[in-house]
Amino acid sequence: MAKVTVDGIEVEVPNGATVLQACEAAGKEIPRFCYHERLSIAGNCRMCLVEVERAPKPVASCAYPVADGMKVFTDTPVVRNARRGVMEFLLINHPLDCPICDQGGECDLQDQAMGYGMDHSRYREEKRVVKDKYVGPLIKTIMTRCIQCTRCVRFAAEVAGTPELGGTNRGENMEIGTYVEKALTSELSGNLIDICPVGALTSRPYAFVSRPWELRKTDSIDVQDAVGTAIRVDSRGPEVMRILPRVNEAVNEEWMADRGRFSFDGLKRKRLDRPWVRRDGKLAPATWAEAFAAIAKKLEGLPGDRIGAIAGDLVDAESVLALKDLMAAYGSANLDCRQDGAAIDASRGDWFRFNSGIAGIDEADALLIIGSDVRREAPVLNARIRKRWSLGKLKVGVVGPKTDFTYPVKVLGEGPETLTALLAGQGFAEVLKDAQRPMVILGRGAIARPDGAAVLATAWQIAEAVGALKPDWHGFNMLHHFGGQVGALELGFVPGQGGKALGAMMGGNIDALWLLGADGFDPARIGAETFVIYQGHHGDRAAARADVILPGAAYTEKDATYVNTEGRAQQAFLAIHPPGEAREDWRILRAYSEGVGKTLPYDSLAQLRARLAQAAPCFATLDAIPASGCTDMTAPASNVALGSAPFVAALPSYHLADTIARASEVMAECASIYGGAAPRLAAE
Amino acid sequence: MLDRVARAMLLQELVSGMGLTLKYFFKPKVTLNYPYERGNLSPRFKGEHALRRYPNGEERCIACKLCEAVCPAQAITIEAEPREDGSRRTTRYDIDMTKCIYCGLCEEACPVDAIVEGPNLEFAAETREELIYHKEKLLDNGDRWEPMLAERLRLDAPYR
Repeated sequence: MAKVTVDGIEVEVPNGATVLQACEAAGKEIPRFCYHERLSIAGNCRMCLVEVERAPKPVASCAYPVADGMKVFTDTPVVRNARRGVMEFLLINHPLDCPICDQGGECDLQDQAMGYGMDHSRYREEKRVVKDKYVGPLIKTIMTRCIQCTRCVRFAAEVAGTPELGGTNRGENMEIGTYVEKALTSELSGNLIDICPVGALTSRPYAFVSRPWELRKTDSIDVQDAVGTAIRVDSRGPEVMRILPRVNEAVNEEWMADRGRFSFDGLKRKRLDRPWVRRDGKLAPATWAEAFAAIAKKLEGLPGDRIGAIAGDLVDAESVLALKDLMAAYGSANLDCRQDGAAIDASRGDWFRFNSGIAGIDEADALLIIGSDVRREAPVLNARIRKRWSLGKLKVGVVGPKTDFTYPVKVLGEGPETLTALLAGQGFAEVLKDAQRPMVILGRGAIARPDGAAVLATAWQIAEAVGALKPDWHGFNMLHHFGGQVGALELGFVPGQGGKALGAMMGGNIDALWLLGADGFDPARIGAETFVIYQGHHGDRAAARADVILPGAAYTEKDATYVNTEGRAQQAFLAIHPPGEAREDWRILRAYSEGVGKTLPYDSLAQLRARLAQAAPCFATLDAIPASGCTDMTAPASNVALGSAPFVAALPSYHLADTIARASEVMAECASIYGGAAPRLAAE
Repeated sequence: MLDRVARAMLLQELVSGMGLTLKYFFKPKVTLNYPYERGNLSPRFKGEHALRRYPNGEERCIACKLCEAVCPAQAITIEAEPREDGSRRTTRYDIDMTKCIYCGLCEEACPVDAIVEGPNLEFAAETREELIYHKEKLLDNGDRWEPMLAERLRLDAPYR
């Protein structure tokens, strides 16, 4: 530790820390453009100049290591003058177009020009003009505004792992770009907009539509992947204008995946905003009372085992519990939330959770990925693995299709036979055995196949065999795909005693099927005689098959709890109200239950949440993960043998993976640019 | 006592009052026969709003929304999106003239002198709806009053 005095305040910082970090520890704010906590140090903007005792001239604090006994001054006339000089140079070529710049109002350069800028310019020569570059459908560039801080270059190379950006030429002629014009291929490209300190990189879908001071900010959770990214929904009136990440060190740090960030325009399109009832084979608009009456008439008198319910991928825990309770009132145990048919055994939490925790990746020293394209299934989690890899000494083995993970991996094989070999202790198993903290990541896609139960059991056995299951370290991890999947599993929304699973409910084996946002399977599998109730927010393929449609709320439109792949329960808050006559899903179920005399025992969200905390322990403490560590090594049961089919990518198209994204124009454009055929929507 | 009686008897107050009347009878009149006669308006007079254009016909407003933000009565509503040529323009620019307090902060805030309050004060209407101005109406105002608006800005420029 080094003792440093900053403006008379003595602080202790670790050896090797920078002067800027010491100043922050002392509570002094240092202006900066190029420095970013999560990127390497460039030291090229020179805005962070401070005075150090016995140094001949001001030093760039972001790149200057501390020394014991150092005396730093952050607010002397020398420092102020130096920063004013730097600011004047930065503003020489920066255009004065703040009124038309989307960064206006939240721009670092604008803010700091208030502190260090002059009220007029002494520059009379011609300003530099740079041609705008095309970097894809999500990011708009106005390169004349660029101040060459190179944050974007470093982000793309270090965090995203797609080194596609760079600087060409030098000095005044330096330009940031891809050199050969192309769309950035990263799934984390939206973060470039956040880290750009000026308006050079801005959001293309958000271009010119709003100003930061007009927006109402609501904390929420991204449900479009299973990471549970902390987000902020910025809304104006009845519209979501943009979505930004929040900082949550344990989950997403400060990054966010593109699908969650840019697909919100799907929240405005193809929405179910009123109840519909099928009359004479055609769906017709109806009132809530008519819709409820149609359901009640059908369900009345049906035996419990002829009624089923399926929960979707983006559902909140509250409505899942309400639906489960309603089904219990009807005497039905036919519940399922595994639309993809994944052979998940929900009887024990750590059989389906990401037990090491996302922050636990930082501790891992060997990693085995089974049947998961982590980069596309959970881009933020992949960035965390990449971060761990870049710190060195992380060996990654992959069983599954060879894709670009953004870090070097050793492809061990493509199918389950490789798992057998690993279990026998061959090859990569040695690496895992030698590791202190080995991790096994099992993709949900790898068990969504006929031999899924065997894959799950084998993966668990491999984790056990290589010593990944220890009292202080749980190295078995399952990576889910969407934000609603784990919550439903935690609540046990799986077939109860004698209940039918999803496959058994298809083909007319039941008479009534309640779909809660369930769009993840082909509705043609449902028997022609089955009465289908679709409760959800988008008119996707399942809604077209439904006999009654109950319009629900999307994740931005309700106060709801979501559980991420770690088993971390987090709350999202209502940002805007649901459109038209749509209502929050648990209220719909509660209202229906009262009408049929099976009143659910909660009148308010608080009561429902109290019931939630009883139903599963993870809801009792929010934003915490279950204690890591494994004491019971029992593997999940399997009564099938391992097949031989190779593992395939679970999500064929990253940009069109969920109902919200499928309704989004921006995502459709991305899908057409980044390949991956866009499936037609049934509701069209 | 005697003095007061004498003054009352001689109608002195009445005479001096009539004298004053007589004096003003021969002085120039201060009232105006509005609307046939009009007073002089300062170049800073804040009347009906207008959106101006550049001499080449391009509208000035760039949808920066500073007027909307500064408006103390929240009378301005703006929506924007990229125009076909990629420039930033409003798709909607509404001023609720019944909310407006004619403080002129919008024209102070405008970085391109697009929204101005012109010299027109005769825009009374019979219904409220007519007083909710939209973009076309404001641009039309601008076209109609442009010579006076430009002159007004020129006169006020030294004090800005």
